[in-house]
Amino acid sequence: MIREFGFIDVMYLVGAARWTLLLTVTAFAGASVLGLAIAIARILPFAPVRWIAAGYTHIVQGTPLLVWLFLIFFGLPLIGISVNPWLAAAVGFSVYGSAFLGEIWRGALVSIAKTQWEAGASLGLSMAEQLRYVIIPQSVRVAIPPTVGFLVQLIKNTSLAAVIGLVELTREGQLTAAGTYKPFAVYITVACIYFLMCFPLTQWSRSLERKLDVAR
Amino acid sequence: MKYGLQFRDVFAAWESILEGVWITLLLSGVAMVGGLAIGVLCAAARVYGPGWLRRLVGAYVEVIRNTPLLVQLFLIFFGLPSLGLRLDGLTAAMIALVINLGAYTTEIVRAGLEAVPKAQIEAGHSLGLSGLQVFRYIVVFPALKAMFPALASQFVLMMLATSVVSQISVQDLFHAASIVQSRTFRDFEVYTVIGVLYLSLAFAFRGLFAVIYRLAFVQR
Repeated sequence: MIREFGFIDVMYLVGAARWTLLLTVTAFAGASVLGLAIAIARILPFAPVRWIAAGYTHIVQGTPLLVWLFLIFFGLPLIGISVNPWLAAAVGFSVYGSAFLGEIWRGALVSIAKTQWEAGASLGLSMAEQLRYVIIPQSVRVAIPPTVGFLVQLIKNTSLAAVIGLVELTREGQLTAAGTYKPFAVYITVACIYFLMCFPLTQWSRSLERKLDVAR
Repeated sequence: MKYGLQFRDVFAAWESILEGVWITLLLSGVAMVGGLAIGVLCAAARVYGPGWLRRLVGAYVEVIRNTPLLVQLFLIFFGLPSLGLRLDGLTAAMIALVINLGAYTTEIVRAGLEAVPKAQIEAGHSLGLSGLQVFRYIVVFPALKAMFPALASQFVLMMLATSVVSQISVQDLFHAASIVQSRTFRDFEVYTVIGVLYLSLAFAFRGLFAVIYRLAFVQR
């Protein structure tokens, strides 16, 4: 049945944005854990660990997110895990995000002067303690603006979850467009909702960048 | 039951896959050339243009960079026909990719232009060079050098992002995967092969850009 594209549809789309946000938060949580491990692995003084972490980063960053989503969607059942779009998307975005966050955070870790490590060592801290109490607290300041910037990428990229059938904002838009035959109005609305989610974060990331720059 | 991976049927469909590689390369090429052209024009407008033009370009950049490529693609392919503009998939894909990449290159080119120290430009003026001569002899080369690495990585990301055009039935590499999959039911194998192909393309592009950088900017 063809129906009009009205206020109620806009409200449905706004409602679907919560799944976009939930997926973003889930993916960010997963990507943070993996990404921190990758970032630390890349600065460890054991070359093979560094190579593996760097190889992982290059492979993930060198393949489209869509390929990861499909590989995980079709691959998890092969190892006996029954899969639904949510699980596939959560795992896929965590893998994808970890490569990018790992790279951002590695940059933040290496931006801390070497003398800080040495100062920690001369106080008798172990390598892990130096990292935990000296290096990471200082690098957080450097890492925050690009991390917020990456959140914007993540929000936008969750639109690809629509392709494996997860009903978030973009998929809801497709369904509404099919039901109302008003694709232009629907996708403009969808784009506006994405913009309202992303733009404040973009601005925030910029103002953080300026603040931290001044503080230096 | 244990599942054995079988690639034979996937490799048998190499012709569709090769076709897909070609379309992906074509789309990437068009996006890079078009996106760079838009980026240079918009960056020039944003740095040297009058106030209203700067704000207009700024709005374009913000709107594109804060909305997903997939939605932009749907808007152009599914949305524009209801305004009377009907495009075939490939054209719609090219337009969407160029507009999208244009916004990112605008920011990169702008940052490159602004990276040239003001004092050097003033020095050029004080030597009696005209505005165009200052641009030609003082701004262009260091600006290009400063923006090249960011441009190169943005281009590689764009090549990978072209995979979303499969969602409006453009027959690119990713679309080839879904065709081979529906013919052979070897889904995991298909996407593994496609993933490796994208990875090789990404490395090839990175290598190419590295060579260009060495030839153009590294002094011998």
